[in-house]
Amino acid sequence: MQVTNILFLLVGLGAFGYYLGRGRSLAMANPLGGIRRLHSLPSYHGMHVALWCLIPSLILLGLWFIFADAVINNLVISSLEPALLPPDSAGYNLVFNKINNIASGVIKEQGQPLGLIEAAQYMDSLRTMSRWSLTLLLLTVSLFGLAWGQRKITVDFRARPAVEKVMQNMLFVCACLAIFTTLGIVLSVLFESIQFFRSVPLYDFVFGLDWSPQTAIREDQVGSSGSFGAIPLFVGTLLVSAVAMFIAVPIGLMSAIYLAEYAGKNVRTFAKPALEVLAGIPTVVYGFFAALTVAPFLRNLGSDFGLAISSESALAAGGVMGIMIIPFISSLADDVITAVPQSMRDGSLAMGATQSETIRRVVIPAALPGIVGGIMLAVSRAIGETMIVVMAAGMAANLTANPLESVTTVTVQIVTLLTGDQEFDSPKTLAAFALGLMLFMVTLVLNIVALHIVKKYREQYE
Amino acid sequence: MNKVDQSTHKSKENTSEQKLNSSPKQSLDLDKNHVTVGKPFSDDSKMTMRNVDVFYADKQAIYDVNLDIAKNEVIAMIGPSGCGKSTFLRTLNRMNDTVDGCRVSGTIAMDGENLYAPKLDVVELRARVGMVFQKPNPFPKSIYENVAYGAKIHGLADSRVDLDEIVENSLRKASLWEEVKERLHQPGTGLSGGQQQRLCIARAIAVSPEVILMDEPCSALDPIATAKIEELIEELSQNFTIAIVTHSMQQAARVSHRTAYFHLGKLIEVNPTEQVFTLPEHQLTEAYITGRFG
Amino acid sequence: MNNQSENLSRIQSSLKRRNRSEALFQWYGRTAIFIGLAAVAVLFFDIISKGHGAFRATYIKLDVHYDQSLIGIDNLADAAQLVDGNWAALSKAAIRGNFPDVSGRRDKRKLNKLLSNGAGFDLKDRLVENPQLLNKTEAVWILADDDIDTYFKSWLDNNPYDARLTDKQVQWIDDLYQQGRIELFFNANLFTRGDSREPEQAGIRGALMGSFLTLIMTLMLSFPIGVSAAIYLEEFAPKNKWTDFIEVNINNLAAVPSIIFGLLGLAIFINFFHVPRSVPIVGGLVLTLMTLPTIIITSRAAIKSVPPSIREAALGMGASKYQMVLHHVLPLALPGMLTGAIIGMAQALGETAPLLMIGMVAFIVDIPSGFSDPATVLPVQIFLWADSPERAFIEKTSAAIMVLLSFLIIMNTSAVWLRKRLERRW
Repeated sequence: MQVTNILFLLVGLGAFGYYLGRGRSLAMANPLGGIRRLHSLPSYHGMHVALWCLIPSLILLGLWFIFADAVINNLVISSLEPALLPPDSAGYNLVFNKINNIASGVIKEQGQPLGLIEAAQYMDSLRTMSRWSLTLLLLTVSLFGLAWGQRKITVDFRARPAVEKVMQNMLFVCACLAIFTTLGIVLSVLFESIQFFRSVPLYDFVFGLDWSPQTAIREDQVGSSGSFGAIPLFVGTLLVSAVAMFIAVPIGLMSAIYLAEYAGKNVRTFAKPALEVLAGIPTVVYGFFAALTVAPFLRNLGSDFGLAISSESALAAGGVMGIMIIPFISSLADDVITAVPQSMRDGSLAMGATQSETIRRVVIPAALPGIVGGIMLAVSRAIGETMIVVMAAGMAANLTANPLESVTTVTVQIVTLLTGDQEFDSPKTLAAFALGLMLFMVTLVLNIVALHIVKKYREQYE
Repeated sequence: MNKVDQSTHKSKENTSEQKLNSSPKQSLDLDKNHVTVGKPFSDDSKMTMRNVDVFYADKQAIYDVNLDIAKNEVIAMIGPSGCGKSTFLRTLNRMNDTVDGCRVSGTIAMDGENLYAPKLDVVELRARVGMVFQKPNPFPKSIYENVAYGAKIHGLADSRVDLDEIVENSLRKASLWEEVKERLHQPGTGLSGGQQQRLCIARAIAVSPEVILMDEPCSALDPIATAKIEELIEELSQNFTIAIVTHSMQQAARVSHRTAYFHLGKLIEVNPTEQVFTLPEHQLTEAYITGRFG
Repeated sequence: MNNQSENLSRIQSSLKRRNRSEALFQWYGRTAIFIGLAAVAVLFFDIISKGHGAFRATYIKLDVHYDQSLIGIDNLADAAQLVDGNWAALSKAAIRGNFPDVSGRRDKRKLNKLLSNGAGFDLKDRLVENPQLLNKTEAVWILADDDIDTYFKSWLDNNPYDARLTDKQVQWIDDLYQQGRIELFFNANLFTRGDSREPEQAGIRGALMGSFLTLIMTLMLSFPIGVSAAIYLEEFAPKNKWTDFIEVNINNLAAVPSIIFGLLGLAIFINFFHVPRSVPIVGGLVLTLMTLPTIIITSRAAIKSVPPSIREAALGMGASKYQMVLHHVLPLALPGMLTGAIIGMAQALGETAPLLMIGMVAFIVDIPSGFSDPATVLPVQIFLWADSPERAFIEKTSAAIMVLLSFLIIMNTSAVWLRKRLERRW
C-alpha cells in the first residue's frame, strides 16, 4: 500500500475515533442529566480518543521511514555473493544503485549479472513485505489505541487537560523545529566538510590560492590534489559584495532618509511601495537582467572608452545585486530612523540647526547602531546571494580585485559543484559542503551580531 | 519697536479696559468675542503677538491671542492641560513648523520683525530664540559635544580654545560645570534627569539666544532637581528673556514676573504674578488657581 | 549683549552656505529615490520589451494531404502504430508542395527547416482527433521553426535578424508573406506545453504545475507549523533560556542564505532519508524550512496585535488557555497570519537556488501531475532557459519572467488588500 494511502487511512481512523469517543461520552452523560455532568466536553473526549488512535501509529510510521530503507539495503547487500561485492565505497554505491534501478524497473533486467537480478528481486520482495507488514502493524496499533482511548472515557475523566497537554507538546515541537533546522544545517555541512578535510587539509583549503576542482576527478593526472584553495572564491565573493554595497548603501540610506524626513505623504505613499517592488523581484530575474542586459551594456560602454570590461564582470553582478539590496537597506534604515525620538530632532532644530544638519549630526549618529546592524544583514545577504552571481559572474577563479574582470564566488562554486549527477562522495561535491560551511559560519556571525545590535538599539528607544 | 504694532496695541488696550468696566463679573463661559483681561501689553517688549490664531488642519488650537513679552522678564504660561499653552510657546520660535498641517495667522514679531515673514530664516530665528523641552533630550553624544553642538553648527567658535570656553561658560551658567567638569567626554545620556535638563539649558544658552522658551522643563524631574532648575531660571533672567510653560502654579508663582492664563485656546488673563495668585481678575483664573479644575 | 550681536552676524553670514548644503542634501535624497525608481522602471521595461513577442508565435499556412501511405499506418486507433508512423513526412510534403521548384538535398533540408520539427506530431494529434481527414487535404496553420519565428518578428519590426538563415530561406519567407501564408498567432503552446529543447515548442505548463505542487506542499506544511510555533512562543512559552534560544534560531534562520537550505535538503532529505530527487515533495520540504521563519515572525506579530483585554475577558469567563487561544486570539489574528503566509509563499515561489541543489533543475518534458513526479519550477525554468544558447529562448525567458512576476504581483497585492480589508483597529 502506498504511504499516502496509509496516511489517509490513519486520518480516517482518527476521525472515526473522534466520532466514537464523542458518542460514548454523550451516551454516558445523557442518563445523568446531560453533558454538564461530564468533566470535559464531549468533543474533548472525542479528540482524546483520536489522539490515542493517531499518535502511536504516526510515530511508528516515522520510525519506519527512517530505518526501513537502511535495513532493507543491508539485507540485500549481505545477500550478495562475495564475488559481486565491490572493494571500495564508491564501487559499492555503483553496485547498489544498479540493484536499486533494476528493482524499480529503470534498467531492464536483460544483460545484467544473475546475482544482481536476484538481489533486485530480493529487494523488491523485501520492500513489498515491509510495506504490507507496516500497513498491518499500523492498523493494529491504531485500533488498539482507539480501543484504549474508548475505555478510558468516564464521566470524571479529565479529557480536556489531557488533550491540552498533548497539544502544548505539539506546539512546543513546532517551535523547536527552528532549532532542529539549524542543527540539521550544521550537521549536514559539518559532517560532509569533515570528510572533505580528510582528503584536503583545512589549511590548504582556507589559505590556498589556487581553485580548480575539475582536476580532482582525473586521479591519474598530476596535480589531482591541492587545487582546492578557496582564497580566490573568498576574494571574488567579497569583491562582488563590495560592489553591491557600494551601490546599495548610499542609495538605500539616502532614500530612507528622504522618505522618513523630507517626503510629503503623497510621495511616501507612492515611492515606498514602488521601491519595495525591487525587494519582491525573484533573484533569478535579477540574474537574467544582469547577464543579458547590464553585462553587455557595460562591456559596450567599456569598449567605447577603451576599457576592457569582461562580459562576466564583477561590476555587472555586483551592481545588479546592489539594486536588489537597495530596498532591504532602505526599509531597515527607515525603521531605525523613525525610531529615533522626535525630541532629538526638536532639540536640534530648536538650536537653529537646519534639517540636514539635524539629520547628519543628530539623527544618523543616534540611529547608527541600527544602521550598522542593517548594513551587516545586507552584507550577509550579498555574500549568500546565489542566482545573480551564478548567471552573471564567472566560473573561473581569478584572484583579482579589479571589478571589471570576471571573478567567481563561493555560491557559484557550490552550485556548479553540486548540479548535475555526481557521485556524492567525490571530493568535488564534498568541497561544496566545505564552502557551504564557510558561508554558513560567516553569515551566522554577521546575522547574530547584527540582530543583537539592532535588538539592543530598539530596546534603547522603547 | 514697530509703530503699527504700537497703535493697535493701544487701541486693544482701550477696548479691553472698556469691556472690563462694563462687565466686572465675567462668567465661566467663554463668549466668542472674549478679550484678555489684565495687562497683556508692555512698553519695553521683546516679542509682540497680535491676533494670533493657530490651526491644526481644520481644528483651531489658539484663538486670537494678543500678548507682549517684555525684555528680560520671566513670563509664565499656565492653564489646564490641552489649553494650548505649549502650542502657543512653539509658535514663538516656529517649532510648530515640524508639525504637518499646522497654520498660524496674525503677527508674531521679535524686535519688530515678523517671525512668519516669508523671507525670514528659521535657522537664524531659532538661534535667537532657544528652547528647552518637557523631557530632557540630550543628544546621544558626550556632554561636551552636546553643549558645543550649537556653536559648531553656527560656526561660532574659531578655535578649539574658543569652543572650550563657550562650553565651560555655558555649563557654568547652567550651574552644571562643577558636577561634570571631570567627565565632559562621557555621554550626556548618562547624567541624572535633573542634570540632563540643565545640560539642555546649557546647550540652549551656548549660542547666546535672546529669548529662551521653556516647555514644562521640570515636569519630568523630582522636587530637588526642580528646585535647582528654578534657581537657575532666576539667575538666567538677568541676561535672557524667558517664557516658561508650566503645569505647576507654585512654580509659576516662584519663578515668574508675569503670569498668563490660557483656557481652551484662549488667553484669559495676564497680570503680574502676585496679582494672579492673590487677586485674579477673571473668574476662570480664580477657578483654576483655587483648584476647581486642572 | 555684545556677544549676542556678534553671534548673530556670524550666523547670518553662515546662512547662505548652510542653506545651500541643505538644498544639496535634499537633492541627494531625491536622486537616490529617483535611481531606485528608475531601476524598477528599467527592469520592467527591459523584461517586457524582450518578452512580449513570445506571446505570439509564427505559423505557416500549408495545404496538408493526410496521405496514409506516406505515414505508413493502417489503423489510427492503434497506439503502437501511431508511435511508429512517419509523421514528419506529412509536414515535409506539405512545405515542398508549396515550393515545388526547390530541388537538391541541401535546399530541401533548408526548406524543411522552415517548420518546427515537431510539426509532424501536431498533425498527428489533429488527425487522431479528426480521423475523417485521413487521405484528405486541408489548409493548416503549422508552427514555424524558432529561427524563422525570430526572423519574421524582427522583420515585422523593420529590424530583420537573419544571421541564422540562408538567403533562400529569407526569399521563401518573403514568398510566403506575399501569399499571406505566414502570420503571427497567439502562442498557446507557451501555456499548454512542457519544456522542450526546441524553443518554439517549449512551454511553461510543466514549470507552472511544478511550482503549484511545490507551493501547495510548502503551504500545507509551513502554515500549520509556523502558526503553531507562533502560538507557542507568544502564548505558552515560559521566559527562559530555551525560549530565547528558539527565538535566536528563528531570527537567524530568516537571514541564512537560501542556498544553505538547499545543502540541508540535499544532505538530509535526499542522501539520508532517500527522498527521490527533483520531486515537489522534497522541494516543498526545503521551502517549508526556508519560509517558516517568515511565517512565524509575521504570525507572532499578528498574535501580539490582539489586545490583552480580549484574553483577559476569555480567561475571566473560565475558559482554559487553549480555549482562549482557539476561540478568541486565533480568529482575530488570522488575517495577519494569512498575510504572512501569502508573503512567505511569494518568497517560496520566486526561490531558485535551494531547488538547484535538490535536483529540480533537471530537463523535464512531461507535465507533473503529482507530488512525487519529477518536476521543475518556474524560476528554475527561467534559469534553464536563460542558460540556453538559442536566441529564441531569450524571448521565452522574458515571457516566463513576466508570468512569474504577474503571479508575485497578484500575491503581494492580495496580501496588502487582505491586510487592509481585515485589519482591525483597536
